[in-house]
Amino acid sequence: MRRLMLAGALMCCVASPAGAAPEAIRGEQVYTRCVACHAPAYDRVGPHHCGVFGRRAGSVAGFDYSPAMKKSRIVWNEKTLDRFLTKPLKMVPGSKMTYDGVADRKDRADLIAYLKHLDETPECGELGPQKR
Amino acid sequence: MSIYTMPQPIAARRSFLGRSGLLLSGTAVALLAGNEALAAKTSGESHNDVQILNTALGAEFEAIAAYQLGAESKLLEKPVLDLALTFQGHHKAHAELLSNAIAKLGGKAVMAKDTYNFPVNQLKVQADVLKFAAQLEQGAVSAYLGAVPLFGSRDLAKAAASILGDEAMHLAILRQALGEVPVPSAFMS
Repeated sequence: MRRLMLAGALMCCVASPAGAAPEAIRGEQVYTRCVACHAPAYDRVGPHHCGVFGRRAGSVAGFDYSPAMKKSRIVWNEKTLDRFLTKPLKMVPGSKMTYDGVADRKDRADLIAYLKHLDETPECGELGPQKR
Repeated sequence: MSIYTMPQPIAARRSFLGRSGLLLSGTAVALLAGNEALAAKTSGESHNDVQILNTALGAEFEAIAAYQLGAESKLLEKPVLDLALTFQGHHKAHAELLSNAIAKLGGKAVMAKDTYNFPVNQLKVQADVLKFAAQLEQGAVSAYLGAVPLFGSRDLAKAAASILGDEAMHLAILRQALGEVPVPSAFMS
């Protein structure tokens, strides 16, 4: 019972993909690897992820990107995210995202599904389209 | 008296908590002490290593701030509060190690931010704070795991792996405190 109460109290801090497709729900678990540096709705060591789909890389206002990311001319979609998440520094040498990558193809697909679903969550919705 | 021979477990834990910060600080220094090989790497390797270290340092500063938030929240009761402060001390030791390594490589260490964004409005009870800390620690373990293979210097990879081990222990203890399985799998990812 105590565990159930704690679990209920603790659904905080990561945007929950209620009503999401199974891959997005699995992707939420993969996203736990990202939360040392990222959050859905606010900038941390890395930029926020609400609105990442369709966003030009290096374009979140006020975030201190590497010159390499700002000059990358990448627009984030399934294809570019898959390439970047496979080996971030191979796709964008000089990126501050000094992470070896998500090696497993399915993990990447699930993670990308979660990122795509994020904008439907209340956490991202509260930001409004202008701040995403 | 050794903590292993103390009759009261709580007293033993307090003794350990009181001393562990000092021990880690010494360990942090020892990890890189006299390691002149760091400076002998090629400039390209060193530049990459500085970037990896700076990304990690930024995350460590944020972790220090997060534990400070938890400590000042008045939501943590003893001995959980003591534990949080001990873990914060570990993150300070990590930051010290990373800053020293960056300096040895001739790089410029990032500074802690004046303010950090935390989901303060979602932290209402002690368990919320513990869960928040556990999420950060889990992410930190993954981040170091993803950084270790990128280092040009094996000594820096070793230092990062040492930090990874410490943060994995934080995670296990926080999960235990939350009533979760402390070590849910044989591997981290």
